Amino acid sequence: MTQLALVIDLNVCVGCHACVTSCKQWNTSGQAGPMFDDRPYGENPTGTFFNRVQTYEVGEFPCTETIHFPKSCLHCEDAPCVPVCPTGASYKRKEDGIVLVDYDKCIGCKYCSWACPYGAREFDENQKVMKKCTLCVDRIYDERIPEDRRKPACVISCPTSARLFGDVHDPDSEVSVAIRESGGYQLMPEWGTKPANHYLPRRKTKMHIHADELTRADNPLKKEDIRHETSKDTTLDDWLM
Amino acid sequence: MHPAFSVIFLTTLIGVGQGLFLALFSAQAYGMAKILPAQSNAFFATGSFLALLFLLGGLFAAVFHLGKPSYFITRAWRGMTQWRTSWLSRELIAMPIMIGLVFIYMAVYYFGLDADLYGWGVEGQLPLTVGIATAVAAIGLFVCTGMIYAAVKFLQEWACALTPVNYFLLGTASGFTFATWYAAGGAPELVQFFGTWAVVLTLAGLVTRAAALFRNGRIKRKSTMQTAIGVRHTKVQQKSMGMMGGSYNTREYTHGKTVAFLKSVKWIFLVLVFAVPVLLLWAGLASGDGSLFLLAFVAQYVGLLFERWFFFAQANHPQNLYYQIVG
Repeated sequence: MTQLALVIDLNVCVGCHACVTSCKQWNTSGQAGPMFDDRPYGENPTGTFFNRVQTYEVGEFPCTETIHFPKSCLHCEDAPCVPVCPTGASYKRKEDGIVLVDYDKCIGCKYCSWACPYGAREFDENQKVMKKCTLCVDRIYDERIPEDRRKPACVISCPTSARLFGDVHDPDSEVSVAIRESGGYQLMPEWGTKPANHYLPRRKTKMHIHADELTRADNPLKKEDIRHETSKDTTLDDWLM
Repeated sequence: MHPAFSVIFLTTLIGVGQGLFLALFSAQAYGMAKILPAQSNAFFATGSFLALLFLLGGLFAAVFHLGKPSYFITRAWRGMTQWRTSWLSRELIAMPIMIGLVFIYMAVYYFGLDADLYGWGVEGQLPLTVGIATAVAAIGLFVCTGMIYAAVKFLQEWACALTPVNYFLLGTASGFTFATWYAAGGAPELVQFFGTWAVVLTLAGLVTRAAALFRNGRIKRKSTMQTAIGVRHTKVQQKSMGMMGGSYNTREYTHGKTVAFLKSVKWIFLVLVFAVPVLLLWAGLASGDGSLFLLAFVAQYVGLLFERWFFFAQANHPQNLYYQIVG
């Protein structure tokens, strides 16, 4: 079983929104048709996006930390949005675990978006169907693209490599190792949706210095520093200096 | 959640239709058992025609809940395919079955069809058989409608056994209230029966709806800001939701009204759905003035529109944790 997913490193994300714009660019140009915008240059522009970058503040001033938090469909292993769909338009692919919407079957009842606790689905107000992250399914299998670039647009565009892409069911994949070794976690685990996407927590690089490391006990220089009683008599050194 | 008027009208109108049919069926069954005086074929034919109008009105409203009304022709049939997992799909199957059976029931009475199906040698066996099947469909449709909401575990206000119970009781209460007015014109001997049941169902609905309000006022939220982004700190606040002009996420999951507005809608529906109809039904039964029953039904139906609006508006979706501030 393969389960493709993203692993997003919150320690590295700088909140530049490159993944948002590249996602929009790739997916609005694809075979599935455009992702519409309303009033893109007017007041209150709004539109359909598969990916958003949000910003959170943790703690209280002055001890605060800013967290940039990219959020897209988590491609849950037990996706609650799939069984509720009355038409079968919402489905999870057996071969790679990607959750998709068939835009030709969707009746726009919005029931699946009620059944997603993450708000990952957005209704396209012009096409009148539900849309969501496809994990760039039209890109990652495209053999016309060089093999190392067959990754979701957001992963390719991230300037800090905060986004990893791979099979989370393969224990030796880059993403599985990252989850295992860097404390990868899932969002809202309380609902039992088993999100495939994981997040890596913020990590502080800390150096622990103990007091005895500051004063070296066995410093050979210190051995010569032992102050003996000195005589007031003139020594050979006095003659030479 | 954002209350959609299509769904508000759909659920209230089919509730009246189903309740009215159940009222007619109970009069039919009691009539055959000679507990109540039997009624003419025209009484049942006209009554089920009215029930059919309510159901078709609900279906008409449902069309506007689709992304485009044209999906009703081109795509809605697909909605019947996922009945194994989806309560919405089950409702999309139960609804045409209910409408079809009410139509057959009406036709059976209109044309006076009958057959000695079971060899009892009494009249009305065919209408009774169709009536039983339709009553099962009506109850099944109530369960499907309620479970659509109760099955979404993320909306904790809805994910409760009280939700389908309320849909059943409020639907039957409004149907029996309408049946009381209908009987006042065509079958005065049924007024006491329908009227008393309308009061009983309305009061039972008050108990379960009040229980749901009590429960929903004390919900312990499963998701918090901490589980939403996975940071263990008592103080986590959003600074930006990632866009400024709003999105589907800021429109679909909020009612956009003040707390005071929400609270006043609650009191309006409590008065209009329960207090006013019970008083009017009681006054009508005591005085024999049939127009009071129509007034009771209108008040209750308008109240149910408020009730359904409140039902949607009160539900708080966990995704709102991600959409708190424009930034």
